[in-house]
Amino acid sequence: MSMSSEEVFDKVRASLVDALGVDDDEVTPEATLVGDLGAESIDFLDIVFKLEKSFGITIPREELSPEDILTNSQYVQDGLVTPEGMQVLKQRMPWANLSKFEQNPRVQDFGNLLTVGDMCNYVASKI
Amino acid sequence: MRWFWIDRFTEFVSGSHARGIKNVTLDQEVVDEYCPGFPFFPSTLIIEGIAQLGGILVAEHFDWDKRVVLAKIGNAKFHRQATPGDRMDYWVRLEGTQEHGARVTATSQIDGQPHAEIDLMFAFLEAGRFAEGSLFHSGDLAEMLRIMKLFDCGIGRDGQPLGVSDKL
Repeated sequence: MSMSSEEVFDKVRASLVDALGVDDDEVTPEATLVGDLGAESIDFLDIVFKLEKSFGITIPREELSPEDILTNSQYVQDGLVTPEGMQVLKQRMPWANLSKFEQNPRVQDFGNLLTVGDMCNYVASKI
Repeated sequence: MRWFWIDRFTEFVSGSHARGIKNVTLDQEVVDEYCPGFPFFPSTLIIEGIAQLGGILVAEHFDWDKRVVLAKIGNAKFHRQATPGDRMDYWVRLEGTQEHGARVTATSQIDGQPHAEIDLMFAFLEAGRFAEGSLFHSGDLAEMLRIMKLFDCGIGRDGQPLGVSDKL
């Protein structure tokens, strides 16, 4: 499927507006799903359903939520993702901008990492 | 009060769709007392009835292994009120499933006319979180579904009549 980045953004935005009840203008590429748009854990399942339907893709849970990495003592020490863990995260989520998280990689902050732009990049990598 | 918000399954095709009916009568407390002097069936309980229909559709699709709970009401439009004497015909379609949840779309009609349009999302309670084990006492769900005549009309994934699972 060929789709411009604007078309991807428009469809992602529509899914987020529908799932989260936010206004169109709140959904900017820089907005974080949790902090800025108020997504709760159950909303992510709803967002996944809406993106799958809108783009005709399948979204495995582990691709958007790398809990297996973040709960693995091999990759996390004292609540911080290790350099090795960061490498694994980058391999798993090449579409996400992890540069800010990498500066202080506290596991507890990971939940507020994803932005609308990250979601667009993710979807674009699937179509 | 028994928490039955559909009266009867009328069609059930595993993994696809289900139909059920709910009658509205004036002797029901929720109809008579919800808005005194103006009896109608509360919209919230229409959503609950459709969630029961859809939740069974989802749970059966996963071979009764998931603890299915209503997680989110994505959309709920009501075109009219259901008043005493009405029969609501519910129709639910399984739209999508994930490892941790499922989504259905549903409609309700009265006398063949649109009554409601509802989209629901279900989540599955994870093992080890919240309560352990089934959400029902052993045999209770099977008895409820028998009363609702699910096994009189249900079609399983193999195309054969839906049997009573040992897991119920």
